Amino acid sequence: MKQIKLMKGNEALAEAAIRCGCDAYFGYPITPQSEVLEYLSANAHKRTGMVVLQAESEVASINMVYGAAGTGKRIMTSSSSPGISLMQEGLSYIASAQLPCLVVNVTRGGPGLGTIQPSQGDYFQAVKGGGHGDYHLIVLAPSSVQEMADHVFEGFRLAEKYRNPAMILSDGALGQMMEKVVLPKEGSLPKTEKPWATTGKTKDRNANVITSLFIQPEKMEQININLQAKYAELQKEVRFEKFSCDDAEVLLVAFGLSARVCQKAVDLAREKGIKAGLLRPITLFPFPTVELRKLSEKVDFMLVVEMNAGQMVEDVKLSTMGRCPVHFKGRMGE
Amino acid sequence: METEVMTNGLELVYEKPDTLKDVPFHYCPGCGHSVVHRVLMEAVKELGIQEETIGVAPVGCSVFAYHYMNIDMQEAAHGRASAVATGIKRVLPHRYVFSYQGDGDLAAIGTAETIHTVNRGENILMVFINNGIYGMTGGQMAPTSLVGQITSTSPYGRKPAEVGYPLKITDLIAQLPGALFVTRQAVHTPNAVRKLKKAVLKSFEYQKQKRGTCFIEVVSNCPSGWKMLPKDTIAYLEEQMFPYYPLGDLKVPKD
Repeated sequence: MKQIKLMKGNEALAEAAIRCGCDAYFGYPITPQSEVLEYLSANAHKRTGMVVLQAESEVASINMVYGAAGTGKRIMTSSSSPGISLMQEGLSYIASAQLPCLVVNVTRGGPGLGTIQPSQGDYFQAVKGGGHGDYHLIVLAPSSVQEMADHVFEGFRLAEKYRNPAMILSDGALGQMMEKVVLPKEGSLPKTEKPWATTGKTKDRNANVITSLFIQPEKMEQININLQAKYAELQKEVRFEKFSCDDAEVLLVAFGLSARVCQKAVDLAREKGIKAGLLRPITLFPFPTVELRKLSEKVDFMLVVEMNAGQMVEDVKLSTMGRCPVHFKGRMGE
Repeated sequence: METEVMTNGLELVYEKPDTLKDVPFHYCPGCGHSVVHRVLMEAVKELGIQEETIGVAPVGCSVFAYHYMNIDMQEAAHGRASAVATGIKRVLPHRYVFSYQGDGDLAAIGTAETIHTVNRGENILMVFINNGIYGMTGGQMAPTSLVGQITSTSPYGRKPAEVGYPLKITDLIAQLPGALFVTRQAVHTPNAVRKLKKAVLKSFEYQKQKRGTCFIEVVSNCPSGWKMLPKDTIAYLEEQMFPYYPLGDLKVPKD
């Protein structure tokens, strides 16, 4: 029988991490995600032996993640926008060294110290790489407390399947609000083989090395070709949700929290006789390019709604390639 | 590749340990790095812990330490070796873990990680090569460059009024309760090398006892960066470096 709980988004995410067999969490306090570190500090170690360590900075956390993920363990960190900015160098190294791990961004408004209110202003940073060099994170965008928990499972699964860092791009509202949630079962995410991990060189194999340094240009290019091939293969993992799209003349496109607002807007529009629909990308990388292209030939126009100055709208335009008008509505701070 | 040592009936007094890969070091002639690599790997060999040891290489001249050390290794971002080592040790507490960093890496860009790793008393060995210069980037001023030292970014000599005094980070480290064993060693003479090896062996023994961080500074040379013949660096070490960075133990366990 399924057990339904009422939980805060950040706590549901933290509980899901314990249940998904996360071996270690390294983090640093920042609003609005500190409950993740707090919940894990109180509950994780005594239940599963999971390591929970408060680091001296987000720079240290992400490099602890690098070290621990390099041993093949299941590793996670979380932060909010300014802290995620500090992690970008480390994420670039992790992407290059192809270490699976899960990074959670419970975003707040920016730029700068900004605000602690929710925002979607980190879309570019999350989806386009964020640090230096040609790389991508796998990016999941929850729109409910249920998905805050589900995406932990999915994030670890995809990260380990593709040896790539995964990010949950959430926001302060999803982190703080309480909803009912069904949590993943303990032990339901199986451990995977990691023959590349640095666990101590045994006699039957050569020394394993985790590095992101490829000083010979031919080698560097080959590494990049391999990474790009992996990102292309990731396209098959694209996930999205459609509401009332079959006869839609007006298509709203929104992710995360703004998709919930848009879902209500679709209902209200339909009451007024406007044939509106909604496409909600669940994975932001890979992006539902193919689906948007299909829909662009059926609808009169698209309206992209984001809590930022217009970031995902660029990817919608690239997907639709001028086949239909793409409008944008954004709010940045309230 | 297996190589057979031909002794022709003579006594074999030294052999490269199999904890070092059979490839030549890329380091400049006379550089201390290769000696420290060898000492570390001899210790790993003697203790029989090759299968249980994980090293962390830095950014700097020794970025390719994993080309030479025949153990599992990770290459860290600049300054973050001790954070990476923390991550490894926390999830593999029964492994021997060491970090290996230069002065720019450990005492400038990575100062926060260095202090906090030791303050947590992580059960790792931190090896700190102090040659008072940024070697790999071409000889710029380091946090540990001596007063008056001429480098490419202090062409008129290091002036404390402008850039402060050379940082004795090992002295700071010794103040922290998390530090178990803190020592300053060198590799400029055979005797110094023997002492370093003892310190390394001791550090791995302490690590097994899980009592805190072991920190070994090696005051080393940089013939290319210092623009000196290797043999002249020995006099410079003795006359200039050691008076400011005196060799010996800064902190030893009470029992």
